[in-house]
Amino acid sequence: MAIDEKMLEQILNKYPAKVKRNRKKHIVIRDIEKGAQEIEANTRTIPGIITNRGCAFAGCKGVVVGPLKDMVHIVHGPVGCAYYSWGTRRNKAKSENPKENFLNYCFSTDMQESDIVFGGEKKLAKMIDEVVEIFHPKAISVSATCPVGLIGDDLVAVAKAAEKRHGIQVLAFNCEGYKGVSQSAGHHIANNILMEKVIGAGNLEEAPSKYSINILGEYNIGGDSWEIERVLKDIGYHVVTVMTGDGSYEELKNAHIAELNLVQCHRSINYIAEMLEIKYGTPWLKVNFIGIENTIKSLRNMAQYFGDPELIQKTEEVIARETARIEPVMAQYKKICEGKTAFCFVGGSRGHHYQGLFAELGVETILAGYEFAHRDDYEGRDIIPEIKSDADSKNIPDLHVTPDQRRYRLKISDEKMAELKKRIPLGNYKGMISDMKDGHVIVDDLNHFETEEFIKILKPDIFASGIKDKYVVQKMGIPSKQLHSYDYSGPYAGFNGAVKFAEDISMAFTSPTWNFITPPWKNKPLLDGKIVDEEAS
Amino acid sequence: MRQIAIYGKGGIGKSTTTQNTVAALAEAGNKVMVVGCDPKADSTRLLLNGMVQKTVLDTLRDEGEDIELEDILKPGFKNTLCVESGGPEPGVGCAGRGIITSINMLESLGAYTDDLDYVFYDVLGDVVCGGFAMPIREGKAQEIYIVASGELMALYAANNIAKGIQKYANSGGVRLGGIICNSRKVDNELELLTNFAKEIESQLIHFVPRDNIVQRAEINKKTVIDFDPLADQADEYRALAKNISENDMFVIPKPMTQDRLEELMMEHGFLGL
Repeated sequence: MAIDEKMLEQILNKYPAKVKRNRKKHIVIRDIEKGAQEIEANTRTIPGIITNRGCAFAGCKGVVVGPLKDMVHIVHGPVGCAYYSWGTRRNKAKSENPKENFLNYCFSTDMQESDIVFGGEKKLAKMIDEVVEIFHPKAISVSATCPVGLIGDDLVAVAKAAEKRHGIQVLAFNCEGYKGVSQSAGHHIANNILMEKVIGAGNLEEAPSKYSINILGEYNIGGDSWEIERVLKDIGYHVVTVMTGDGSYEELKNAHIAELNLVQCHRSINYIAEMLEIKYGTPWLKVNFIGIENTIKSLRNMAQYFGDPELIQKTEEVIARETARIEPVMAQYKKICEGKTAFCFVGGSRGHHYQGLFAELGVETILAGYEFAHRDDYEGRDIIPEIKSDADSKNIPDLHVTPDQRRYRLKISDEKMAELKKRIPLGNYKGMISDMKDGHVIVDDLNHFETEEFIKILKPDIFASGIKDKYVVQKMGIPSKQLHSYDYSGPYAGFNGAVKFAEDISMAFTSPTWNFITPPWKNKPLLDGKIVDEEAS
Repeated sequence: MRQIAIYGKGGIGKSTTTQNTVAALAEAGNKVMVVGCDPKADSTRLLLNGMVQKTVLDTLRDEGEDIELEDILKPGFKNTLCVESGGPEPGVGCAGRGIITSINMLESLGAYTDDLDYVFYDVLGDVVCGGFAMPIREGKAQEIYIVASGELMALYAANNIAKGIQKYANSGGVRLGGIICNSRKVDNELELLTNFAKEIESQLIHFVPRDNIVQRAEINKKTVIDFDPLADQADEYRALAKNISENDMFVIPKPMTQDRLEELMMEHGFLGL
């Protein structure tokens, strides 16, 4: 069943008038005849609405900074923020030297009431000293939680003093949870500091081999990055650094030497991608390694960028080898999945990325959206000049970089660049909406009320989202797939990942456990009583 | 036990007024505890004849949770009980949270005994945040007196505090007992303060005239009642104490708009002359 404006109106009529006006701008029914359709995004969730969004701390420490494996990441605050961001995102990492991988540890200053009253700076300084003494990390990050911002602990000053004492970088992130609209604010804060303090701090001037690239916005959830790197290395690419899944501080320092930056998650890392282009002249290419077709397209676009016949040929060889291997397996799973429909509401990129993979399995995405994306992630980067900045976006400082006098160099000529831009998404992302079909729904910052209403009408066969709404939906009898953490599974990226994903959702389709249960309130009345005749009493 | 909080603009004379009032009440045979809620910890200096008090928060920090009541509760003039909440250095931490911590600590240590007739909270400045509103939040203090003078800023602060009381009146049951004028010898001060109090539907509970003896007593680390019991000013504080002890007018104040406050100044204050 499709949804039309009238049905949408009926759903929204449950809201108070003001809320309805607000939410209406965040929901678009795709109408190709209308051409470009505008959607409101990256604005504050109305208080009282149950949203899936995270906070600036989650975006900064949890997403961007946290995966850097050879750093110790200290969370300055009461213990909860550190504990609940410990391992839950499933960003994996391995290190040749196990003493240089700290991801299994959870570091928190565990602020107590007296630290709130008297300030936590001394405790933080002491913790940094202890961390250096025990773990000898290459660098340390300190992330602020809400109370730290309220009592005004000066993280930057503590970090600076610690840098002097220990001779290693100590990065301070003022990413208090309440800053900004969602975790998106935290991504930006993290991007700024990594660009300002880490990238370019390495000594390398030249790439050690041909086809040196960085992978940006890939967080190695469930091992995604390992699968992508396997393929890239087979073709002959040299991956300088991954930002930041399985990434390391040491490699990140030399990110400036790459010939090309790949951008997987546009939302969380486009700031660094842009700044790398301005500062070092390295172009960025929007890629999508989710789904076989998208992976192949991304690999071919990369080969086009370098334009080397040998590389192009090797790319085709690897593609042929991989597809020959996995297509028969995918065909098996497609038999199970064919003809089904999905909701895909994830993050700031995956809501778009996974639609191709679903389609390859015969699953149509009939509703999609992002938790924390901005308008450009929906409508494409062309509309960036139209985006109005508000108090929330101005709250996060914009870092302005200039070309590096010594290291800036054009990687390809202007003519070649202009020519390539016509063919491949070089420095561009066209957003989700243009890939959606007529009548399909795009919802920004989907909430629990709307989730239930849309499910009742559209009856999807699978719901792809996160932990916060997973179980509500699952108990409605609809399989639910977490596409933030992959439900203890993965990888889902690249060729092998596509197979794994197909296997996982096929399992979900063939075990509709919750549909076998009829809850008691469906059979038995919750209340017993009888109607008393008013006149008689 | 009557729990009374004294608020008012910074520097208006809250601590001096509170301690002199407490001294008068103690002299009349009442058992009184004073809780200083100011990080500067100078709310009990005149009762203790000097700053000999170790604050609750300092004690907590030095000795941990395992504190004896005697460590923080010092006997002062006529056996008044004196506590200083204390707080962080200026510019760090959260003094408001400190006040919450120390009042909770006093409660759990059993400082609020049945033989107390009065507990006075002497609270810093304006109501700056939730922590400083602690004595009126959660029903710690039921009665508030605001110290003010005929100066606009003092009345502005008093009006703001009235807003805070109004906010918590419904949940905490706190009421405004009246306005204490600590005279600055501003023109028409008595008339202005009387009308100000009336306008917010309260009363001027006492007009304390300005007298240099207060400063002389302070230099000697004493209340006027302690320093010179026969002085006229000592009688003024006795009158204030008597008015408070006999007070039966407790209201939810009706704070005014800034415009109305300025109008009032024009009508009755020096601006109207």
